Amino acid sequence: MQNEQDQILNEVTTGEYKFGFYTDIEQDSIAKGLNEDVVRMISAKKKEPEFMLEFRLKAYRHWLTMKMPEWAHLKIPEIDYQDHIYYSAPVQRAKLNSLDEVDPELLETFNKLGIPLEEQKHLSGVAVDAVMDSISVKTTFREALAELGIIFCSFSEAVKEHPDLVKQYMGSVVPYTDNYFAALNSAVFSDGSFCFIPKGVRCPMELSTYFRINAANTGQFERTLIVAEDKSYVSYLEGCTAPMRDENQLHAAIVEIVAMESAEVKYATVQNWYPGNKEGKGGIYNFVTKRGICKGDNSKISWTQVETGSAITWKYPSCILKGHNTTGEFYSVAVTNNHQQADTGTKMIHIGKNSRSIIVSKGISAGVSNNSYRGQVKVLRGADNARNFSQCDSLLLGDKCGAHTFPYIESANHSAIIEHEATTSKIGEDQIFYCNQRGISTEDAIGLIINGYTKEVLNKLPMEFAVEAQKLLLISLEGSVG
Amino acid sequence: MSTITENISLKEQFLDLYRSSSKEIAVNSAPLMNTHRDKAIIKLEKLGFPSRGGEEYRYADIESVFKQDMEKSFGNQKININIREIFHCDVPDIDTNLFLLVNGMFYNNGQMLKELPGGIIAGSLSQAAKDYPGLVEKHYDRYAGSSKDGLVALNTAFAQDGIFIYAPRGVKMEKPVQIVNIMISEAGLMAQHRNLFVAEEDAELNIVVCDHSLSAHRFLTNSVNEVFAGERAQINLTRIQNEHNGSSQITHSFNHQETGSNLATNIISLHGGFIRNNVYVKLNGEHAENHSMGLYLSDKGQYIDNFVFIDHASPNCFSNQLYKGVMDDYASGAFTGRILVRRDAQKTNAYQSNNNILLTDDARMHSRPQLEIYADDVKCSHGSTMGQIDENALFYLRSRGIDHREARLLLMFAYTHEVIQNIKVKALRERIDDLVNKRLRGELSRCNNCAMQCG
Repeated sequence: MQNEQDQILNEVTTGEYKFGFYTDIEQDSIAKGLNEDVVRMISAKKKEPEFMLEFRLKAYRHWLTMKMPEWAHLKIPEIDYQDHIYYSAPVQRAKLNSLDEVDPELLETFNKLGIPLEEQKHLSGVAVDAVMDSISVKTTFREALAELGIIFCSFSEAVKEHPDLVKQYMGSVVPYTDNYFAALNSAVFSDGSFCFIPKGVRCPMELSTYFRINAANTGQFERTLIVAEDKSYVSYLEGCTAPMRDENQLHAAIVEIVAMESAEVKYATVQNWYPGNKEGKGGIYNFVTKRGICKGDNSKISWTQVETGSAITWKYPSCILKGHNTTGEFYSVAVTNNHQQADTGTKMIHIGKNSRSIIVSKGISAGVSNNSYRGQVKVLRGADNARNFSQCDSLLLGDKCGAHTFPYIESANHSAIIEHEATTSKIGEDQIFYCNQRGISTEDAIGLIINGYTKEVLNKLPMEFAVEAQKLLLISLEGSVG
Repeated sequence: MSTITENISLKEQFLDLYRSSSKEIAVNSAPLMNTHRDKAIIKLEKLGFPSRGGEEYRYADIESVFKQDMEKSFGNQKININIREIFHCDVPDIDTNLFLLVNGMFYNNGQMLKELPGGIIAGSLSQAAKDYPGLVEKHYDRYAGSSKDGLVALNTAFAQDGIFIYAPRGVKMEKPVQIVNIMISEAGLMAQHRNLFVAEEDAELNIVVCDHSLSAHRFLTNSVNEVFAGERAQINLTRIQNEHNGSSQITHSFNHQETGSNLATNIISLHGGFIRNNVYVKLNGEHAENHSMGLYLSDKGQYIDNFVFIDHASPNCFSNQLYKGVMDDYASGAFTGRILVRRDAQKTNAYQSNNNILLTDDARMHSRPQLEIYADDVKCSHGSTMGQIDENALFYLRSRGIDHREARLLLMFAYTHEVIQNIKVKALRERIDDLVNKRLRGELSRCNNCAMQCG
């Protein structure tokens, strides 16, 4: 049986990346390299107002003074920031009026990805903003949403059409001084999504953004900003894929969420950037800063992530629980295989009274990968009765991978209760034996156990995504097992 | 930028100090220890002093501790008081072989090394390095030498003396050895001593280390312990830290364990202005077992920082960490526990737990329980909690007629006892229970029987 198990675990590593196609469409790119002129050029190409250019330049100048962070449990090869293209866009012929006018190749791409871009698929009830390389290609359902007062559009459109909102909230949760990659993103970000839910509105459908890096040597730097006003609700999904390439590509994104009084924002990510091949060649470097602030009392922010892709993942979706009675949630499944490395987790910063947070992190490592959970729970002095519970479990498939846990628990309030638990184990032979006994083959048993192990997190995903995420897990881990 | 330049200058200070006093250091030590100094100083030059920017000393402000104005003397100090007259051990029923270290040097009463029953050798390390160079050389700087901590290199470069205890094969120590570190002087003083404890195959050692300060000056100790447990050896190490609030203490303990050995350390921190305890354990042979425990009770502006690193380098080993603390007033503290399970260390069983009670909103605690695991067939878990006394338990006691204060103390005492109960020497265990009880009641500001009015 041991052999059979080994064989199945071997097959695990044969799971191929299914989104590795490349779409041959005309690209409008600028030359490689990064300097102040590039920043100006990006801003000019996007016809941005003056305040945006200033923001970018300030961020760029600050970035120059910073050093790449080294504290993560990652081996990051030196990145030559001059060797990347910072702006690449599918060439757009004038303004598109309907979907028919979208480049058919592009549509084909999105069809392959299974994104319900086309209007007739509106039965699936997901409003999509698709971002290819640097440019938002198409936002669906805009009108339906606009009737409710919801603004859902690409970031560049928001800059032009709602400059006041952008000015007010951009950088308010993740300032450009926050960290190395946040500064880089703030300087060169290309596009992204903007979402504004007005007072008392419950968004009737899931909002979704789909990111894709297509062109070679391109870095993708998108920026998402979600503002939920008092008593509003929105559920937001994000998905990512990239073609298979031998060289490493850079992805440094920022997501900012602002939740006002009694607002609720759910943000779900299924990250499936190209992880590189079995020898660890190629793949995306994924350096992402995601942070939400529960600004008003009784507000709630919930992060759910399924991380299966990227050669290197450096990502810590966080919640600042500023209002009283606020809630922060973090549910994560991170899977690493072959030579992938992940250092991911969360930060829960308790400022308001009675703020509570929950962290559930499930790591799965296979091949020769390393998977780390790094999370901080910080309770400030005024956060009376703050409550946190963290659970971090790691599952090891194979004896050459690593699973690590690095929690940081900091408390400065005597009424706060913080609990942290972590376990590391492999799939028990007794569990497999139990399944075998009942006529379930070893491959099915492994699939079953992994499914059960991640269920707690996958349950938090919206329906459509949960199915996709489950499939993804099978692809990235189980190979032919599933 | 400024912190970096300051760091350099602190390092430069000690490099200069070494250059100017290396002769004096060498004369008052042993040739064997001297041979390690130059290498260590080069290492210090490379590593520098730990800063808060690094992960290891994230919460501890080492710089400001070292920046205090303190004397560093390497010659023979004249101590005019008879220590034995003013110092009485606070654990009256304990029958031990007592050794004194005064300001980091062996307190000489005519006999530098003693032979205890069964051939156990105990006494001054520098004397042992002269009399038994073979024994000492086999272990000296073997376990601490690979450390990446600049403070360990600093100790190796400057340490002149300390305690050496050696238990030959199969010998079980009857009476525990008690080592009392005393800091006493007429001005601020820095001391760096070095201890080496060796238990050969099947031997057994019981050691109690007590840290005291006997005058109210600023003290800084930066000490290194190297502990070797041979095959199936058993070592019990208890450390009681009870210095005044103006003193700073940094201890490094390198515990090396061979196949089937069992090593238990208990660090009870009752008092001290700044305490940092580094415990490194290397489980180098199969079926080795390690218990690293600690209890810290901090109040006022005290800072207590425990750092534990357990290296599971062999399969089938067991390790257990338990650190508990109570933080009162505006005290602050940190706990870092890391379990490293190496690639081939299958069937490892490792457990780690850190519990903290914060009594006020000014108290602060940072906890980092970490796992770093490269083997798949392991059982590793950790837990960390921060909170307060269970209200239900408190209500239960109060409903039975126990007043609020007494009920709270009772619960806190029960909470701390979980660590204390692991101390193997019964007299000591009972005495520490008593000390902790007094400490929790705020009645213990110094050891009861000590004549010195410090702290």
